[in-house]
Order: sequence, then C-alpha cells, then structure tokens
Amino acid sequence: MKSNLLDVFMTILKRDLSLGLSRSSEIANPLIFFFIVVMIFPFALGPESNLLQRIMPGVIWIAVLLSATLSLDMMFRSDFEDGSLELMLLSRYPMTLLIMAKITAHWLLTGAPLILASIFLGVLLNLPVESLLYLFITMMLGTPVLSMVGSAVMALTVGLRGGGVLLALLILPLYIPVLIFSIAAIDNAILGLPITGEIYILGALLVLAITLAPFATSTSLRIRFG
Amino acid sequence: MLPEIQEFFHMGGYAFYVWSSYGLCFIVLVLNIIIPLCREKVIIRSIAIQVHRKQQK
Amino acid sequence: MLRHINQFASPKNFYALSCKLVHYFGGACLLLFVAGVFGGLLFSPPDYQQGESVRIIYVHVPSAWMSLFVYIVMAGAGTIGLIWRIKIMDVIARSSAPLGASFTFLALATGSLWGKPMWGAWWVWDARLTSELILLFLYLGYIALQSAIEDPRMAARAGAILALIGIINIPIIHFSVEWWSTLHQGPTVSKLDAPSIHIDMLIPLLLMALAYMCYFISAVLMRARCDLLALERNSAWVGELIGERSR
Repeated sequence: MKSNLLDVFMTILKRDLSLGLSRSSEIANPLIFFFIVVMIFPFALGPESNLLQRIMPGVIWIAVLLSATLSLDMMFRSDFEDGSLELMLLSRYPMTLLIMAKITAHWLLTGAPLILASIFLGVLLNLPVESLLYLFITMMLGTPVLSMVGSAVMALTVGLRGGGVLLALLILPLYIPVLIFSIAAIDNAILGLPITGEIYILGALLVLAITLAPFATSTSLRIRFG
Repeated sequence: MLPEIQEFFHMGGYAFYVWSSYGLCFIVLVLNIIIPLCREKVIIRSIAIQVHRKQQK
Repeated sequence: MLRHINQFASPKNFYALSCKLVHYFGGACLLLFVAGVFGGLLFSPPDYQQGESVRIIYVHVPSAWMSLFVYIVMAGAGTIGLIWRIKIMDVIARSSAPLGASFTFLALATGSLWGKPMWGAWWVWDARLTSELILLFLYLGYIALQSAIEDPRMAARAGAILALIGIINIPIIHFSVEWWSTLHQGPTVSKLDAPSIHIDMLIPLLLMALAYMCYFISAVLMRARCDLLALERNSAWVGELIGERSR
C-alpha cells in the first residue's frame, strides 16, 4: 500500500507530536530553563529598569538560543535509541520528507512555545510595544532556522560521547548570524530606523535553511547510520 | 651603529606590540612543525614494534 | 593527465610524494620568511600615521588570508573525499584544521596587538573581528567533532558536512568590511583594482603571503603523512617502508 507523500508527512508529524506531548518533561524542561536564564540577568546586573529594558530583547534571544540547543536532544535521540531511525533510513519514502516532518513537529513543540513565552515575559517586564512586535517577528523568522540548522548538526552528533556539550559547541557559532540580524532589527526598529534589510536577510536565512537543512540532515544521518 | 640597533628594537615606542606579534607567530608556526614531527616519531616507533613482532612469529 | 593524478591518489605514492614536497616547500618557505621578515622589519618604511606599529601588517594580513584559505581547503578536500571517497582528501582535510585554527588565532592575536596602540582597545565588536572569531569556533568545533567520532572514515565524512554548513561564514568575513561600517580598514589588495598600498609595503606583504602559503603546504603534508601512517598501519606498504627504515 503506497501512501502519497502528504500522508507520510502527516503521519510522521502526528507521531512526533504525540510522542513529544506524552513525554512532557522534554518540552517543559527547555521552557523552564528559558525562564530561569532570563530571570538570572536582573540578579547579576541589578534591577534598574532602564538598563534591563535596553538589554531585554538581547537577553530573551540568548535564552531562546540556549533553550533551543537544549531542546534539540529530543529530535533524534529517542529514535536512535530504539532503532526507528534506521527503519526510517531504510523506508522507501524520501528521508528529506521524513526529516521535514520531524523538524516541523520539533518547532511546534519547542519553537512556538518559546515565542509565546518570550511575549509573555516581554509583557511582564514592561517592554515597549515596538520591542515586543519586532521580537515576535524576528522570532517567527528565526526559530524555524534554529530548529532546521539544529537538526543538521544534531544528526551529526546524536549518540556520540560528550554529546550535549559538543552539540552546543558546534551549533552556537552557526546560530550567531540569526542572533545578530534579529537584534539589529529590534534595535533599529526601536530607534525608528528602517529594518527592511535585516528582515530580508532573516527571510533569506529561513529560505536557505528550508531548502538545504533537510538535505544536509539526511546526508549526515546516512553518514552516521548507513 | 649602536643607536640604530636601539631604535630598531624600540620600534618607535611600539616595541611590545610589534615584537609580541612576530614572536607569537614564530612560536605558533614552530609548534605546528614540532608537534607533527614528534607524533611521526612515536607512530613510526610503534609500527616498527608491530612489524618486528609479526616477523618474529 | 588524469591517470597521473590517479596514481598519486594511492596512499603509498602520496606518502613518497609528500616527503619530497615537504623538503621543497619547507626550503622555499624558510627563504621567503627570511626575505619577508627582513623586508618587513628593516627595508619597508614606517607609516606616517601609525609609525612602526604598521609592521604588524606583515604578519597579521597573511595570517588572516590563510585562515580563510585553509577553511576553503578543508571544506573542499572534505567534499571531494565525501563524494569520490578518496582517503587522501579525508586526511588532508583533517590535517588542515589545526593549522587553520592556528592561523585564525594568530590573525586575532596580532590584530589585537595592533588594535591596542591604534584604536585604543584590545577588542571591538565590529563585523570583521566578530566573524573571524566565529571562524575560530568553527575550526575548534570541527576538531572537537573529529575527536568525538572514533571511526576515521565516518569522522571525515561528518566533518565534511560540518565544514560545508559553516562555509557561509567565509564570504561574510570577506565582505564584512564592505557591507557594514566597521572600525577595521577596507580591503587592501583586491583582485581587479590596483592595490591601494604602496609598492614598498606591498612587496614584503606578498613575500610573507607566499611564505605562509609554502609553510601551510609543508605543515599540512607533515601532518597528513602522520595520519596516513596511522591509518594504514596494517597495510603491506607501511610494513615494508618501516621494515626498511629500521634496518
């Protein structure tokens, strides 16, 4: 019985979503980590409102990067451990399609909650409305890139010893362009300067990630697991 | 002659910066030659032992 | 011609060839370094604005050029090894990484030592310095990945993918001084225009650049030789080679 590609995509998507939701600690822990990271900055830098307001978008974005790095673990590790990764590699459906489904599930389970949590924290910490708006826009463009580039590097490092730290070491330099352009967009928007350039570049990074990341991920998985 | 050499080492007040830069480059480049050479000796010695053992069998 | 190249793709011939090449390029490198350092420190003029500290340019700029070039070599050799499964290319990619990291470190360190007297700061967060620092982390990440994977063949192929993912940083570094307004000065030597630098400074700079290139070729072949011996330790040609040497 040969299913069409959309059915395959939806099957894997539903599977990963239900698996993720059933293991709720895998979703909750990165989110709690996100809140903790943002909260410890006022402890270190003093609770003065002005300083915190200026750096809050940056702090929130850093916390998003670190939480995304932590949350990548759920993407391939459990499939690697129970052998379903090898089954997926052996199936007759294109691996890139399966990977796109897994990435979509990952973003829905981690990226989207992070966006909501950021907006919530921003409101809580009295960020101005422009900051919140552009934080939201840059995160909508940026968090899918984080999931996609993360999947490619995760495919390279899943199951290796020293795994978590190695993953962070490899992936944070690759996350930095997203961070730089997002913060530039938010800062310039607050100052009233045009930000079309930064938004275009973020969009370009998104498109680049959508086209290349599944291919890079499937090549990496085939290298690691035949 | 002597004042000129003094001036050369002094590098117009920038002695620390210029000589540290050149010195750092020299050290790093030399290390990148010494380390492979040492490693090569170790590897050749261990392969020689392996070959010797095989021949003795 | 292709057969000629194919012949050197075999590890045994490559080992013999690299021993010879190390001597030639090593000798050339030594001569060029002597010429470049003498030219840079003695015969080139001090800058009217920067004084004697401009002499740092003769180690800073070639290091930076090489840091970019070696990354391209590493990614290119890795890709060739990935697609055409040539063991030599895997070995060359793996051997280039520590050298590339060294050059990047030197570019950052000498740049810092030049920046302190000129700009008054050891470090600024401008586009070129930041992207060069990211390059250092990319190299270190590549090296970390290689040491984490035990099977050398798998390690080389995984490294090739990682190097390709990071290669987007190279044009960012190169064009950073044009795309963003930075503290770092613009490109001195461009391919199409006449260089904006005086000939008295250009010559030692090019000599040093050639010296660094010859150094890289000898150093990478030295490392590649080691790796190749270690990789092929159980094969016949290694046994014969070492057997002959120990007699």
